[in-house]
Amino acid sequence: MKASQARQKKGPFAWFLIILCAVFLCVMLLLPLIYILITAFRDGLEAYLEAVTDEYALKAVSLTLRVTVISVVVNTLFGLAAAWCITFFRFHGKKVISTFIDLPVTISPVIAGLIYVLLFGRQSVLYPFLQNHGIKIVYAVPGIVLATIFVTFPFISRELIPVLTAKGTDEEEAAALFGAGTWTIFRRVTFPHIKWALLYGVVLCTARAMGEFGAVSVLSGHLRGKTNTVPLYVELLYQGYDFTGAFAIASLLVVMALIVLVLRSVVEYKGNKSDDSLK
Amino acid sequence: MGLTRRKSIIPGFGLSFGIMITILSIIVLIPLASLVIYTAQISWADFVATVTRRRVLASYYVSFLTALIAALINAVMGLALAWVLVRYEFPGKRILDGIIELPFALPTAVAGIALTHLTVSTGWVGSLFARFGIDIAYTRTGITVALVFIGIPFVVRSVQPVLEKIDVQYEEAAAILGAGRVRTFWRVIFPELFPALLSGFTLAFARGIGEYGSVVFIAGNTPYETEIAPLMIMSELQEYDYVSATSIALVMLAIAFLILLVNAILQGVVSRRTKGRD
Repeated sequence: MKASQARQKKGPFAWFLIILCAVFLCVMLLLPLIYILITAFRDGLEAYLEAVTDEYALKAVSLTLRVTVISVVVNTLFGLAAAWCITFFRFHGKKVISTFIDLPVTISPVIAGLIYVLLFGRQSVLYPFLQNHGIKIVYAVPGIVLATIFVTFPFISRELIPVLTAKGTDEEEAAALFGAGTWTIFRRVTFPHIKWALLYGVVLCTARAMGEFGAVSVLSGHLRGKTNTVPLYVELLYQGYDFTGAFAIASLLVVMALIVLVLRSVVEYKGNKSDDSLK
Repeated sequence: MGLTRRKSIIPGFGLSFGIMITILSIIVLIPLASLVIYTAQISWADFVATVTRRRVLASYYVSFLTALIAALINAVMGLALAWVLVRYEFPGKRILDGIIELPFALPTAVAGIALTHLTVSTGWVGSLFARFGIDIAYTRTGITVALVFIGIPFVVRSVQPVLEKIDVQYEEAAAILGAGRVRTFWRVIFPELFPALLSGFTLAFARGIGEYGSVVFIAGNTPYETEIAPLMIMSELQEYDYVSATSIALVMLAIAFLILLVNAILQGVVSRRTKGRD
Protein backbone atom coordinates (compact mmCIF):
# COMPACT_ATOMS: atom_id res chain seq x y z
CA MET A 1 0.00 0.00 0.00
CA LYS A 2 3.09 2.23 0.18
CA ALA A 3 2.85 3.01 -3.50
CA SER A 4 -0.72 4.23 -3.27
CA GLN A 5 0.12 6.40 -0.30
CA ALA A 6 2.90 7.99 -2.34
CA ARG A 7 0.24 9.07 -4.81
CA GLN A 8 -1.82 10.80 -2.17
CA LYS A 9 -1.48 14.17 -3.89
CA LYS A 10 -4.80 14.18 -5.65
CA GLY A 11 -5.37 16.20 -8.77
CA PRO A 12 -8.68 17.81 -9.73
CA PHE A 13 -9.63 14.71 -11.71
CA ALA A 14 -9.35 12.53 -8.60
CA TRP A 15 -11.59 14.87 -6.63
CA PHE A 16 -14.06 14.98 -9.50
CA LEU A 17 -14.29 11.18 -9.50
CA ILE A 18 -14.60 10.95 -5.72
CA ILE A 19 -17.39 13.54 -5.62
CA LEU A 20 -19.18 11.97 -8.59
CA CYS A 21 -19.15 8.55 -6.91
CA ALA A 22 -20.18 9.92 -3.51
CA VAL A 23 -23.11 11.82 -5.02
CA PHE A 24 -24.16 8.79 -7.09
CA LEU A 25 -24.21 6.47 -4.06
CA CYS A 26 -25.92 9.03 -1.82
CA VAL A 27 -28.72 9.66 -4.32
CA MET A 28 -29.16 6.05 -5.44
CA LEU A 29 -28.64 4.20 -2.15
CA LEU A 30 -28.80 6.46 0.91
CA LEU A 31 -31.67 8.68 -0.17
CA PRO A 32 -34.16 5.79 -0.52
CA LEU A 33 -33.18 4.53 2.95
CA ILE A 34 -33.62 7.95 4.54
CA TYR A 35 -36.88 8.43 2.70
CA ILE A 36 -38.30 5.16 4.02
CA LEU A 37 -37.40 5.98 7.62
CA ILE A 38 -38.80 9.53 7.42
CA THR A 39 -42.04 8.42 5.77
CA ALA A 40 -42.49 5.59 8.26
CA PHE A 41 -42.50 8.08 11.13
CA ARG A 42 -44.26 11.00 9.44
CA ASP A 43 -47.56 10.39 11.27
CA GLY A 44 -45.82 10.06 14.60
CA LEU A 45 -44.53 7.23 16.70
CA GLU A 46 -47.99 6.04 17.64
CA ALA A 47 -49.07 5.48 14.04
CA TYR A 48 -45.77 3.68 13.43
CA LEU A 49 -46.22 1.33 16.38
CA GLU A 50 -49.82 0.73 15.40
CA ALA A 51 -48.72 -0.26 11.89
CA VAL A 52 -45.98 -2.63 12.97
CA THR A 53 -48.01 -4.28 15.73
CA ASP A 54 -51.07 -4.78 13.55
CA GLU A 55 -52.37 -8.35 13.78
CA TYR A 56 -51.69 -9.07 10.10
CA ALA A 57 -48.27 -7.44 10.27
CA LEU A 58 -47.27 -9.73 13.14
CA LYS A 59 -48.60 -12.75 11.25
CA ALA A 60 -46.57 -11.74 8.19
CA VAL A 61 -43.44 -11.32 10.31
CA SER A 62 -43.98 -14.70 11.92
CA LEU A 63 -44.48 -16.41 8.53
CA THR A 64 -41.39 -14.73 7.08
CA LEU A 65 -39.30 -15.82 10.07
CA ARG A 66 -40.48 -19.42 9.78
CA VAL A 67 -39.83 -19.53 6.02
CA THR A 68 -36.40 -17.94 6.51
CA VAL A 69 -35.33 -20.39 9.22
CA ILE A 70 -36.31 -23.42 7.11
CA SER A 71 -34.58 -22.02 4.00
CA VAL A 72 -31.39 -21.18 5.86
CA VAL A 73 -31.23 -24.61 7.53
CA VAL A 74 -31.75 -26.46 4.23
CA ASN A 75 -29.27 -24.27 2.36
CA THR A 76 -26.66 -24.57 5.13
CA LEU A 77 -26.92 -28.35 5.08
CA PHE A 78 -26.72 -28.31 1.29
CA GLY A 79 -23.88 -25.76 1.21
CA LEU A 80 -21.72 -27.77 3.62
CA ALA A 81 -22.35 -31.06 1.81
CA ALA A 82 -21.77 -29.54 -1.63
CA ALA A 83 -18.59 -27.72 -0.56
CA TRP A 84 -17.22 -30.90 1.09
CA CYS A 85 -18.05 -33.07 -1.91
CA ILE A 86 -16.91 -30.66 -4.63
CA THR A 87 -13.63 -29.54 -3.09
CA PHE A 88 -12.38 -32.79 -1.52
CA PHE A 89 -13.23 -35.34 -4.21
CA ARG A 90 -12.88 -35.73 -7.93
CA PHE A 91 -15.81 -37.28 -9.73
CA HIS A 92 -17.42 -37.19 -13.14
CA GLY A 93 -20.16 -34.65 -13.67
CA LYS A 94 -18.74 -32.19 -11.15
CA LYS A 95 -18.89 -29.31 -13.64
CA VAL A 96 -22.48 -30.10 -14.57
CA ILE A 97 -23.48 -30.23 -10.90
CA SER A 98 -21.71 -26.91 -10.20
CA THR A 99 -23.56 -25.31 -13.10
CA PHE A 100 -26.93 -26.52 -11.80
CA ILE A 101 -26.09 -25.23 -8.32
CA ASP A 102 -25.42 -21.73 -9.66
CA LEU A 103 -28.36 -21.75 -12.08
CA PRO A 104 -31.10 -20.49 -9.70
CA VAL A 105 -29.58 -17.02 -9.26
CA THR A 106 -29.49 -16.42 -13.01
CA ILE A 107 -33.17 -17.26 -13.44
CA SER A 108 -35.78 -14.52 -13.08
CA PRO A 109 -37.62 -14.89 -9.75
CA VAL A 110 -40.93 -14.98 -11.59
CA ILE A 111 -39.74 -17.94 -13.66
CA ALA A 112 -38.53 -19.61 -10.45
CA GLY A 113 -42.08 -19.35 -9.16
CA LEU A 114 -43.47 -20.59 -12.48
CA ILE A 115 -41.51 -23.86 -12.47
CA TYR A 116 -43.01 -24.86 -9.09
CA VAL A 117 -46.48 -23.97 -10.35
CA LEU A 118 -45.87 -26.28 -13.33
CA LEU A 119 -44.62 -29.05 -11.04
CA PHE A 120 -47.33 -28.90 -8.37
CA GLY A 121 -50.15 -26.81 -9.90
CA ARG A 122 -53.51 -27.99 -11.15
CA GLN A 123 -52.29 -28.98 -14.64
CA SER A 124 -49.51 -31.16 -13.20
CA VAL A 125 -49.60 -34.98 -13.25
CA LEU A 126 -48.88 -34.84 -9.52
CA TYR A 127 -51.94 -32.70 -8.83
CA PRO A 128 -54.54 -35.52 -8.39
CA PHE A 129 -52.15 -37.29 -6.02
CA LEU A 130 -51.54 -34.16 -3.93
CA GLN A 131 -55.27 -33.41 -3.95
CA ASN A 132 -56.15 -36.91 -2.69
CA HIS A 133 -53.70 -36.62 0.17
CA GLY A 134 -54.77 -33.11 1.08
CA ILE A 135 -51.33 -31.64 0.38
CA LYS A 136 -51.34 -28.02 -0.72
CA ILE A 137 -48.09 -26.65 -2.13
CA VAL A 138 -49.00 -23.96 -4.65
CA TYR A 139 -50.70 -20.91 -3.07
CA ALA A 140 -49.70 -22.25 0.34
CA VAL A 141 -46.76 -22.10 2.74
CA PRO A 142 -44.81 -25.11 1.31
CA GLY A 143 -44.67 -23.36 -2.08
CA ILE A 144 -43.33 -20.20 -0.46
CA VAL A 145 -40.66 -22.23 1.32
CA LEU A 146 -39.61 -24.04 -1.88
CA ALA A 147 -39.40 -20.80 -3.86
CA THR A 148 -37.33 -19.17 -1.12
CA ILE A 149 -34.90 -22.07 -0.96
CA PHE A 150 -34.61 -21.92 -4.76
CA VAL A 151 -33.72 -18.23 -5.02
CA THR A 152 -31.12 -18.48 -2.23
CA PHE A 153 -29.84 -21.87 -3.31
CA PRO A 154 -26.14 -21.25 -4.09
CA PHE A 155 -25.59 -18.50 -1.50
CA ILE A 156 -23.80 -20.63 1.10
CA SER A 157 -21.95 -23.14 -1.11
CA ARG A 158 -20.66 -20.24 -3.22
CA GLU A 159 -19.04 -18.67 -0.14
CA LEU A 160 -17.54 -21.96 1.12
CA ILE A 161 -16.12 -23.50 -2.07
CA PRO A 162 -13.51 -20.77 -2.85
CA VAL A 163 -12.28 -20.80 0.77
CA LEU A 164 -11.88 -24.58 0.82
CA THR A 165 -10.29 -24.65 -2.65
CA ALA A 166 -7.72 -22.04 -1.62
CA LYS A 167 -6.97 -23.95 1.58
CA GLY A 168 -6.18 -27.27 -0.10
CA THR A 169 -6.78 -30.77 1.30
CA ASP A 170 -3.49 -31.46 3.14
CA GLU A 171 -4.80 -31.03 6.67
CA GLU A 172 -7.91 -33.14 6.08
CA GLU A 173 -5.78 -35.89 4.50
CA ALA A 174 -3.40 -35.86 7.46
CA ALA A 175 -6.31 -36.09 9.89
CA ALA A 176 -7.81 -38.97 7.88
CA LEU A 177 -4.46 -40.81 7.94
CA PHE A 178 -4.50 -40.59 11.71
CA GLY A 179 -7.88 -42.26 11.63
CA ALA A 180 -10.21 -39.32 12.27
CA GLY A 181 -13.81 -39.77 11.13
CA THR A 182 -15.84 -37.44 8.92
CA TRP A 183 -17.48 -35.57 11.78
CA THR A 184 -14.20 -35.13 13.69
CA ILE A 185 -12.39 -33.86 10.61
CA PHE A 186 -15.20 -31.44 9.86
CA ARG A 187 -15.44 -30.12 13.40
CA ARG A 188 -11.75 -29.95 14.29
CA VAL A 189 -10.00 -29.31 10.97
CA THR A 190 -12.34 -27.86 8.33
CA PHE A 191 -14.79 -25.81 10.37
CA PRO A 192 -12.24 -23.36 11.88
CA HIS A 193 -11.23 -22.37 8.34
CA ILE A 194 -14.72 -21.82 6.99
CA LYS A 195 -16.62 -20.43 9.96
CA TRP A 196 -16.53 -16.80 8.82
CA ALA A 197 -17.35 -17.64 5.21
CA LEU A 198 -20.21 -19.82 6.48
CA LEU A 199 -21.54 -17.03 8.69
CA TYR A 200 -21.42 -14.60 5.77
CA GLY A 201 -23.24 -17.07 3.54
CA VAL A 202 -25.91 -17.54 6.21
CA VAL A 203 -26.28 -13.76 6.56
CA LEU A 204 -26.71 -13.30 2.79
CA CYS A 205 -29.14 -16.19 2.64
CA THR A 206 -31.18 -14.78 5.53
CA ALA A 207 -31.39 -11.34 3.96
CA ARG A 208 -32.53 -12.63 0.60
CA ALA A 209 -34.94 -15.15 2.14
CA MET A 210 -36.65 -12.46 4.21
CA GLY A 211 -36.89 -10.08 1.28
CA GLU A 212 -37.76 -12.32 -1.69
CA PHE A 213 -40.71 -10.89 -3.58
CA GLY A 214 -41.11 -12.12 -7.17
CA ALA A 215 -40.90 -15.89 -6.70
CA VAL A 216 -42.91 -15.84 -3.48
CA SER A 217 -45.49 -13.60 -5.09
CA VAL A 218 -46.16 -16.26 -7.76
CA LEU A 219 -46.62 -19.07 -5.23
CA SER A 220 -48.41 -17.22 -2.46
CA GLY A 221 -52.17 -17.10 -2.58
CA HIS A 222 -51.86 -13.58 -1.09
CA LEU A 223 -54.13 -14.55 1.76
CA ARG A 224 -53.88 -11.96 4.50
CA GLY A 225 -52.57 -13.53 7.68
CA LYS A 226 -52.04 -16.92 5.99
CA THR A 227 -49.65 -16.76 3.04
CA ASN A 228 -48.56 -13.13 3.12
CA THR A 229 -44.88 -12.66 3.86
CA VAL A 230 -43.51 -9.29 4.97
CA PRO A 231 -42.60 -8.02 1.46
CA LEU A 232 -46.02 -9.11 0.14
CA TYR A 233 -47.68 -7.37 3.07
CA VAL A 234 -45.78 -4.18 2.19
CA GLU A 235 -47.13 -4.46 -1.36
CA LEU A 236 -50.66 -4.98 -0.07
CA LEU A 237 -50.54 -1.88 2.13
CA TYR A 238 -48.93 0.15 -0.65
CA GLN A 239 -51.58 -0.80 -3.16
CA GLY A 240 -54.23 0.12 -0.62
CA TYR A 241 -52.65 3.61 -0.48
CA ASP A 242 -51.67 3.10 3.16
CA PHE A 243 -48.25 4.60 2.51
CA THR A 244 -47.38 5.25 6.15
CA GLY A 245 -48.15 1.63 6.98
CA ALA A 246 -46.24 0.31 3.97
CA PHE A 247 -43.14 2.35 4.78
CA ALA A 248 -43.40 1.48 8.50
CA ILE A 249 -43.25 -2.24 7.68
CA ALA A 250 -40.58 -1.52 5.05
CA SER A 251 -38.50 0.17 7.74
CA LEU A 252 -38.26 -3.18 9.55
CA LEU A 253 -36.69 -4.62 6.40
CA VAL A 254 -34.38 -1.60 6.14
CA VAL A 255 -33.13 -2.28 9.67
CA MET A 256 -32.53 -5.89 8.67
CA ALA A 257 -30.58 -4.78 5.58
CA LEU A 258 -28.41 -2.45 7.68
CA ILE A 259 -27.66 -5.26 10.15
CA VAL A 260 -26.64 -7.45 7.21
CA LEU A 261 -24.25 -4.78 5.91
CA VAL A 262 -22.64 -4.27 9.32
CA LEU A 263 -22.27 -8.03 9.81
CA ARG A 264 -20.73 -8.28 6.38
CA SER A 265 -18.02 -5.77 7.28
CA VAL A 266 -17.36 -7.56 10.58
CA VAL A 267 -17.18 -10.97 8.90
CA GLU A 268 -14.87 -9.68 6.18
CA TYR A 269 -12.58 -8.11 8.78
CA LYS A 270 -12.53 -11.18 11.04
CA GLY A 271 -12.15 -13.49 8.04
CA ASN A 272 -9.06 -11.60 6.84
CA LYS A 273 -7.60 -11.59 10.33
CA SER A 274 -8.13 -15.29 10.95
CA ASP A 275 -6.65 -16.06 7.50
CA ASP A 276 -3.51 -14.23 8.55
CA SER A 277 -3.30 -15.93 11.94
CA LEU A 278 -3.80 -19.39 10.42
CA LYS A 279 -0.93 -18.75 8.08
CA MET B 1 -22.92 -38.37 -14.77
CA GLY B 2 -21.02 -41.42 -13.55
CA LEU B 3 -20.03 -41.92 -9.98
CA THR B 4 -16.51 -43.16 -10.62
CA ARG B 5 -14.04 -41.16 -8.64
CA ARG B 6 -10.38 -41.08 -7.85
CA LYS B 7 -9.60 -42.59 -4.47
CA SER B 8 -9.26 -39.98 -1.78
CA ILE B 9 -8.43 -40.80 1.82
CA ILE B 10 -10.76 -38.12 3.15
CA PRO B 11 -13.98 -39.80 4.30
CA GLY B 12 -17.53 -38.65 3.79
CA PHE B 13 -17.88 -38.82 0.01
CA GLY B 14 -21.02 -40.92 0.05
CA LEU B 15 -22.70 -38.87 2.76
CA SER B 16 -21.92 -35.45 1.28
CA PHE B 17 -22.68 -36.57 -2.29
CA GLY B 18 -25.97 -38.07 -1.15
CA ILE B 19 -27.13 -34.95 0.67
CA MET B 20 -26.00 -32.71 -2.18
CA ILE B 21 -27.77 -34.70 -4.91
CA THR B 22 -30.96 -35.19 -2.91
CA ILE B 23 -31.45 -31.50 -2.15
CA LEU B 24 -30.31 -30.45 -5.64
CA SER B 25 -32.85 -32.82 -7.19
CA ILE B 26 -35.78 -31.67 -5.08
CA ILE B 27 -35.10 -27.95 -5.39
CA VAL B 28 -33.58 -27.55 -8.86
CA LEU B 29 -33.46 -30.64 -11.09
CA ILE B 30 -37.02 -31.98 -10.75
CA PRO B 31 -38.70 -28.53 -11.04
CA LEU B 32 -36.56 -27.74 -14.10
CA ALA B 33 -37.44 -31.10 -15.58
CA SER B 34 -41.11 -30.25 -15.09
CA LEU B 35 -40.51 -27.10 -17.13
CA VAL B 36 -38.93 -29.17 -19.90
CA ILE B 37 -41.74 -31.74 -19.84
CA TYR B 38 -44.41 -29.07 -19.88
CA THR B 39 -42.66 -27.30 -22.76
CA ALA B 40 -42.66 -30.49 -24.79
CA GLN B 41 -46.47 -30.52 -24.59
CA ILE B 42 -46.84 -27.02 -26.01
CA SER B 43 -47.46 -27.01 -29.75
CA TRP B 44 -45.09 -24.97 -31.88
CA ALA B 45 -47.98 -22.93 -33.30
CA ASP B 46 -49.21 -21.99 -29.81
CA PHE B 47 -45.71 -21.04 -28.76
CA VAL B 48 -45.13 -18.79 -31.78
CA ALA B 49 -48.59 -17.25 -31.50
CA THR B 50 -47.95 -16.35 -27.85
CA VAL B 51 -44.48 -14.93 -28.10
CA THR B 52 -45.21 -12.90 -31.22
CA ARG B 53 -48.22 -11.13 -29.76
CA ARG B 54 -47.52 -7.41 -30.09
CA ARG B 55 -47.92 -6.81 -26.39
CA VAL B 56 -45.46 -9.59 -25.54
CA LEU B 57 -42.91 -8.38 -28.09
CA ALA B 58 -43.22 -4.88 -26.65
CA SER B 59 -42.55 -6.24 -23.15
CA TYR B 60 -39.40 -8.04 -24.33
CA TYR B 61 -38.25 -4.82 -25.96
CA VAL B 62 -38.87 -2.78 -22.78
CA SER B 63 -37.08 -5.32 -20.56
CA PHE B 64 -34.14 -5.65 -22.93
CA LEU B 65 -33.71 -1.93 -23.59
CA THR B 66 -33.98 -0.74 -19.99
CA ALA B 67 -31.71 -3.53 -18.70
CA LEU B 68 -29.12 -2.72 -21.37
CA ILE B 69 -29.06 1.01 -20.60
CA ALA B 70 -28.97 0.34 -16.85
CA ALA B 71 -26.10 -2.14 -17.24
CA LEU B 72 -24.15 0.37 -19.37
CA ILE B 73 -24.62 3.07 -16.71
CA ASN B 74 -23.54 0.56 -14.08
CA ALA B 75 -20.47 -0.41 -16.09
CA VAL B 76 -19.30 3.22 -16.22
CA MET B 77 -20.22 4.07 -12.62
CA GLY B 78 -19.01 0.70 -11.34
CA LEU B 79 -15.61 1.22 -12.93
CA ALA B 80 -15.41 4.73 -11.44
CA LEU B 81 -16.48 3.45 -8.02
CA ALA B 82 -13.99 0.58 -8.03
CA TRP B 83 -11.23 2.99 -9.08
CA VAL B 84 -12.09 5.50 -6.36
CA LEU B 85 -12.36 2.80 -3.68
CA VAL B 86 -9.06 1.12 -4.59
CA ARG B 87 -6.85 4.04 -5.55
CA TYR B 88 -7.83 6.96 -3.32
CA GLU B 89 -7.99 7.62 0.41
CA PHE B 90 -10.66 10.08 1.53
CA PRO B 91 -12.96 10.63 4.50
CA GLY B 92 -16.07 8.46 4.39
CA LYS B 93 -14.49 5.84 2.14
CA ARG B 94 -15.31 2.95 4.50
CA ILE B 95 -18.97 3.97 4.49
CA LEU B 96 -19.14 4.15 0.69
CA ASP B 97 -17.49 0.74 0.48
CA GLY B 98 -19.90 -0.65 3.06
CA ILE B 99 -23.12 0.46 1.38
CA ILE B 100 -22.27 -0.86 -2.11
CA GLU B 101 -23.95 -4.16 -1.22
CA LEU B 102 -27.14 -2.49 -0.03
CA PRO B 103 -29.06 -3.57 -3.17
CA PHE B 104 -28.29 -7.21 -2.25
CA ALA B 105 -29.41 -6.72 1.34
CA LEU B 106 -32.49 -4.55 0.84
CA PRO B 107 -35.60 -6.41 -0.34
CA THR B 108 -36.42 -5.43 -3.92
CA ALA B 109 -40.03 -4.50 -3.17
CA VAL B 110 -38.87 -2.06 -0.49
CA ALA B 111 -36.39 -0.47 -2.90
CA GLY B 112 -39.17 -0.32 -5.48
CA ILE B 113 -41.67 1.62 -3.37
CA ALA B 114 -39.00 4.01 -2.06
CA LEU B 115 -37.64 4.80 -5.54
CA THR B 116 -41.18 5.28 -6.84
CA HIS B 117 -42.10 7.77 -4.12
CA LEU B 118 -38.84 9.67 -4.61
CA THR B 119 -39.24 10.00 -8.36
CA VAL B 120 -42.96 10.78 -8.81
CA SER B 121 -43.46 14.34 -10.02
CA THR B 122 -44.19 15.50 -6.46
CA GLY B 123 -41.34 13.49 -4.89
CA TRP B 124 -38.01 14.80 -3.57
CA VAL B 125 -36.09 13.94 -6.72
CA GLY B 126 -38.96 13.81 -9.20
CA SER B 127 -39.99 17.42 -8.53
CA LEU B 128 -36.52 18.65 -9.55
CA PHE B 129 -36.80 16.87 -12.88
CA ALA B 130 -40.47 17.71 -13.37
CA ARG B 131 -39.49 21.39 -13.69
CA PHE B 132 -37.66 20.50 -16.88
CA GLY B 133 -40.57 18.42 -18.08
CA ILE B 134 -38.86 15.10 -17.33
CA ASP B 135 -40.98 12.38 -15.75
CA ILE B 136 -39.16 9.49 -14.08
CA ALA B 137 -41.67 7.32 -12.24
CA TYR B 138 -44.13 5.40 -14.46
CA THR B 139 -41.88 5.76 -17.53
CA ARG B 140 -39.07 3.69 -19.02
CA THR B 141 -36.65 6.09 -17.35
CA GLY B 142 -38.09 4.99 -14.02
CA ILE B 143 -37.57 1.31 -14.88
CA THR B 144 -33.97 2.12 -15.79
CA VAL B 145 -33.45 3.91 -12.45
CA ALA B 146 -34.69 0.84 -10.55
CA LEU B 147 -32.42 -1.44 -12.58
CA VAL B 148 -29.40 0.83 -11.98
CA PHE B 149 -30.11 0.52 -8.25
CA ILE B 150 -30.28 -3.28 -8.45
CA GLY B 151 -27.13 -3.58 -10.58
CA ILE B 152 -24.70 -1.34 -8.67
CA PRO B 153 -22.84 -4.07 -6.75
CA PHE B 154 -22.21 -6.38 -9.72
CA VAL B 155 -19.65 -4.31 -11.63
CA VAL B 156 -17.96 -2.79 -8.57
CA ARG B 157 -17.46 -6.14 -6.88
CA SER B 158 -16.08 -7.85 -9.97
CA VAL B 159 -13.67 -5.03 -10.96
CA GLN B 160 -12.46 -4.12 -7.45
CA PRO B 161 -10.42 -7.27 -6.66
CA VAL B 162 -8.72 -7.23 -10.08
CA LEU B 163 -7.80 -3.56 -9.73
CA GLU B 164 -6.36 -4.25 -6.28
CA LYS B 165 -4.02 -6.85 -7.77
CA ILE B 166 -2.67 -4.71 -10.62
CA ASP B 167 0.91 -3.82 -9.78
CA VAL B 168 1.59 -0.07 -9.94
CA GLN B 169 5.00 -0.95 -11.41
CA TYR B 170 3.44 -1.32 -14.85
CA GLU B 171 1.94 2.14 -14.67
CA GLU B 172 5.22 3.57 -13.46
CA ALA B 173 7.03 1.82 -16.29
CA ALA B 174 4.53 3.21 -18.79
CA ALA B 175 4.96 6.70 -17.32
CA ILE B 176 8.76 6.43 -17.51
CA LEU B 177 8.46 5.34 -21.12
CA GLY B 178 6.60 8.56 -21.74
CA ALA B 179 2.97 7.51 -21.84
CA GLY B 180 0.49 10.08 -20.56
CA ARG B 181 -2.01 9.17 -17.84
CA VAL B 182 -4.91 8.73 -20.24
CA ARG B 183 -2.84 6.55 -22.52
CA THR B 184 -1.53 4.53 -19.57
CA PHE B 185 -5.07 3.88 -18.43
CA TRP B 186 -6.37 2.75 -21.82
CA ARG B 187 -3.32 0.76 -22.89
CA VAL B 188 -2.10 -0.70 -19.58
CA ILE B 189 -4.87 -0.83 -17.01
CA PHE B 190 -8.08 -1.12 -19.03
CA PRO B 191 -7.11 -4.34 -20.88
CA GLU B 192 -6.43 -5.99 -17.51
CA LEU B 193 -9.78 -4.88 -16.13
CA PHE B 194 -11.83 -5.65 -19.22
CA PRO B 195 -12.76 -9.30 -18.49
CA ALA B 196 -13.94 -8.42 -14.96
CA LEU B 197 -15.79 -5.37 -16.26
CA LEU B 198 -17.49 -7.49 -18.91
CA SER B 199 -18.60 -10.19 -16.50
CA GLY B 200 -19.93 -7.58 -14.06
CA PHE B 201 -21.82 -5.92 -16.93
CA THR B 202 -23.21 -9.28 -18.06
CA LEU B 203 -24.42 -10.21 -14.58
CA ALA B 204 -26.09 -6.82 -14.13
CA PHE B 205 -27.68 -7.08 -17.59
CA ALA B 206 -29.01 -10.60 -17.04
CA ARG B 207 -30.32 -9.66 -13.61
CA GLY B 208 -32.00 -6.57 -15.04
CA ILE B 209 -33.92 -8.53 -17.66
CA GLY B 210 -35.40 -10.85 -15.04
CA GLU B 211 -35.92 -8.29 -12.26
CA TYR B 212 -39.45 -7.97 -10.98
CA GLY B 213 -39.85 -6.68 -7.41
CA SER B 214 -38.19 -3.29 -7.72
CA VAL B 215 -39.60 -2.58 -11.18
CA VAL B 216 -43.34 -3.29 -10.88
CA PHE B 217 -43.94 -0.36 -8.56
CA ILE B 218 -42.01 2.28 -10.53
CA ALA B 219 -43.00 1.06 -14.01
CA GLY B 220 -46.68 1.99 -13.98
CA ASN B 221 -47.21 -1.11 -16.14
CA THR B 222 -48.82 0.57 -19.17
CA PRO B 223 -49.19 -2.00 -21.99
CA TYR B 224 -46.70 -1.49 -24.86
CA GLU B 225 -44.92 1.28 -22.93
CA THR B 226 -43.75 0.17 -19.49
CA GLU B 227 -44.81 -3.44 -19.20
CA ILE B 228 -41.82 -5.70 -18.52
CA ALA B 229 -41.56 -9.34 -19.60
CA PRO B 230 -41.64 -10.85 -16.06
CA LEU B 231 -44.90 -8.96 -15.46
CA MET B 232 -46.37 -10.55 -18.60
CA ILE B 233 -45.60 -13.99 -17.13
CA MET B 234 -47.17 -12.91 -13.86
CA SER B 235 -50.41 -11.76 -15.50
CA GLU B 236 -50.68 -14.96 -17.58
CA LEU B 237 -50.26 -16.97 -14.38
CA GLN B 238 -52.98 -15.00 -12.68
CA GLU B 239 -55.30 -16.04 -15.50
CA TYR B 240 -54.12 -19.66 -15.16
CA ASP B 241 -52.84 -19.54 -18.76
CA TYR B 242 -49.83 -21.78 -18.14
CA VAL B 243 -49.08 -22.30 -21.84
CA SER B 244 -48.62 -18.58 -22.47
CA ALA B 245 -46.68 -18.06 -19.23
CA THR B 246 -44.29 -20.89 -20.04
CA SER B 247 -43.81 -19.75 -23.64
CA ILE B 248 -42.93 -16.20 -22.55
CA ALA B 249 -40.59 -17.61 -19.88
CA LEU B 250 -38.81 -19.85 -22.40
CA VAL B 251 -37.86 -16.89 -24.59
CA MET B 252 -36.58 -15.04 -21.51
CA LEU B 253 -34.52 -18.04 -20.46
CA ALA B 254 -33.11 -18.26 -23.99
CA ILE B 255 -32.14 -14.57 -23.91
CA ALA B 256 -30.47 -14.93 -20.49
CA PHE B 257 -28.63 -18.02 -21.69
CA LEU B 258 -27.44 -16.19 -24.84
CA ILE B 259 -26.13 -13.28 -22.79
CA LEU B 260 -24.15 -15.62 -20.53
CA LEU B 261 -22.89 -17.52 -23.58
CA VAL B 262 -21.69 -14.37 -25.36
CA ASN B 263 -19.90 -13.38 -22.15
CA ALA B 264 -18.19 -16.79 -21.95
CA ILE B 265 -17.08 -16.55 -25.60
CA LEU B 266 -15.75 -13.00 -25.18
CA GLN B 267 -13.91 -14.01 -21.99
CA GLY B 268 -12.26 -16.83 -23.95
CA VAL B 269 -11.22 -14.47 -26.77
CA VAL B 270 -9.81 -11.93 -24.31
CA SER B 271 -7.84 -14.47 -22.29
CA ARG B 272 -6.38 -15.99 -25.48
CA ARG B 273 -5.30 -12.53 -26.64
CA THR B 274 -3.70 -11.70 -23.30
CA LYS B 275 -1.90 -15.02 -23.20
CA GLY B 276 -0.67 -14.50 -26.75
CA ARG B 277 0.77 -11.14 -25.78
CA ASP B 278 2.91 -12.47 -22.94
